[in-house]
Amino acid sequence: MTKMTRRGWITVIVMALLAVLPPVFYLTGHAFYLDLATRLSILGIATVSLNLVLGYGGMVSFGHAAFVGLGAYAVGIPAYHWLYYSTGDWAVSGLAQIPLAVGITALFALLTGLVCLRTRGVYFIMITMAFAQMVYYLIVSIEEYGGDDGLVIDTRSELPLINLDDPLHLYGLAYVSLVVAMLLVRMIVNSRFGMVLQGAKGNEERMITLGFNVYAYRLVAYVISGAMCGYAGALLGNFTTFISPEMMDWSRSGELMFMVILGGTATTIGPVLGAVVFIVIEEVLSSFTIYWHLPFGLMLMAVVLFARGGLTGLLSRTKGGKE
Amino acid sequence: MSAVLKIRSLNKSFGGIKATDDLTLSVEQGELHAIIGPNGAGKTTLISQLSGMQTPDSGAIRFRGRDITRMAAHKRAHLGITRSFQITSLIMQMSVLDNIALAVQAGEGHSFRFVRAARRVAALRDRAMALLERVGLADKADFPTVALSHGEHRHMEIAIALASNAELMLLDEPMAGLGTEESAQMVELLRGIKGQQSILLIEHDMDAVFALADRISVLVYGHIIATGTPGEIRSNEAVQHAYLGEE
Ligand SMILES: Nc1ncnc2c1ncn2[C@@H]1O[C@H](COP(=O)(O)OP(=O)(O)O)[C@@H](O)[C@H]1O
Ligand SMILES: [Mg+2]
Repeated sequence: MTKMTRRGWITVIVMALLAVLPPVFYLTGHAFYLDLATRLSILGIATVSLNLVLGYGGMVSFGHAAFVGLGAYAVGIPAYHWLYYSTGDWAVSGLAQIPLAVGITALFALLTGLVCLRTRGVYFIMITMAFAQMVYYLIVSIEEYGGDDGLVIDTRSELPLINLDDPLHLYGLAYVSLVVAMLLVRMIVNSRFGMVLQGAKGNEERMITLGFNVYAYRLVAYVISGAMCGYAGALLGNFTTFISPEMMDWSRSGELMFMVILGGTATTIGPVLGAVVFIVIEEVLSSFTIYWHLPFGLMLMAVVLFARGGLTGLLSRTKGGKE
Repeated sequence: MSAVLKIRSLNKSFGGIKATDDLTLSVEQGELHAIIGPNGAGKTTLISQLSGMQTPDSGAIRFRGRDITRMAAHKRAHLGITRSFQITSLIMQMSVLDNIALAVQAGEGHSFRFVRAARRVAALRDRAMALLERVGLADKADFPTVALSHGEHRHMEIAIALASNAELMLLDEPMAGLGTEESAQMVELLRGIKGQQSILLIEHDMDAVFALADRISVLVYGHIIATGTPGEIRSNEAVQHAYLGEE
């Protein structure tokens, strides 16, 4: 095997710390940190999937929060029906909810992707955002599921061997899912499919001339990414046990995008690092002052503007200046 | 001889400009057919219509007897048409080898293969390396494409065009921007390819054209004013008047 790169080491160290620290904090009476780590791991799954289309595919989707939100509602709505309409026990089984979340978001990605991917550049950004806002308003309009007040999930998904009411179990699932998501995206981008996706980002005309139906490849990537975000949403619903349309607001999509860019696009660890730093700094700053948005925004802008390649790029540069 | 490519009465306008004007032309099997013409004559526009990046207003393009006038660009590649670009069109962020390997991969049919790492597929890498050797760039295989010189980029364009083993190569000014020595190398490279594949070569460099072409067509304002062997073209009065005389 070749020598591990600096970036490889960063990946291993960050993931090792994430594996060990949160449970240790939890077991020594600092439950809050496990909570934080669970949230950022789940968001990490979303940013890793967004990175597939944004970082590797060059598709700037401004609507990925809709997938997360839909995934969460795919857990919340069946659980609601189980509670109030005595729907069968399958409705609270994770083995039904998770495939439902993944299936619905894949379908949504397919249908919207068919349209969005006909456009380029700023039009793509606008139309992905528009579709996401459509879902937002759809959910707001359904009184039954709480409208814009949201919906409490009384019962977490039931899974064999795992008890999601146990914070350690929930974190374990989130962490393992994150690792699997990272490996999955890594495998995809290195595959022949991934080379086409990256080639199309670099030079679309060339790829078409070579004979690749760029549109179809992008669509498949978009569906995979959407479905993975749907899975993250199912976990997020189980974590927060409260879901609302606010989860799919365009500003949420913007945050996901920001995390990816902050951490470093088109890298394995970048989106995770972005989610970690984003969530932790947000937490720290908001504990000091209620006026945390401005300094936070400025800090993020600074990284994006001055550190090309995001935090990953910054950390993997050696003193000589080059990676 | 049978014609690989037949273009009949092709027309294409951009606003008031007739970039292609009632253009009729054929490329025979194994022939190297060159198109010469002044800047703005519509040479690139012709190639774009043949490769499917632009749609003609009227007329017909037949490839091996099949009408491809309005066929999607990516499908034409699978039929056996490949093109190189006048303005280098490579994936600059990728390595030289990755660029060529993608071109080889395109020839496999679909690439909806998600598991095996593409860089570990020996069939792709080996063939890409062989192509790089053929154009003299094997030692640059692992360089980022952006780090290569213009001349080397032009050679990469040829390697990519060769990768698909296409029956018809459309080459848009492969010598564009090359120095005398580099041009000479390119002529040698094209001479080596000639005969194995049918080539429609667009070129500004007259020495190269007269050295390589079996037949030459002269394009002026989107219309072909003469077609013939290099000897015929050289002695054609209309051509001398319209084009060669200006040189
Ligand atoms: N996309 C376009 N839109 C408008 N005009 C164009 C376009 N492409 C080419 N043209 C015009 O068509 C004519 C032929 O251009 P082109 O095919 O590039 O010529 P050549 O390759 O022979 O130099 C020129 O007058 C050019 O300005
Ligand atoms: Mg041209």
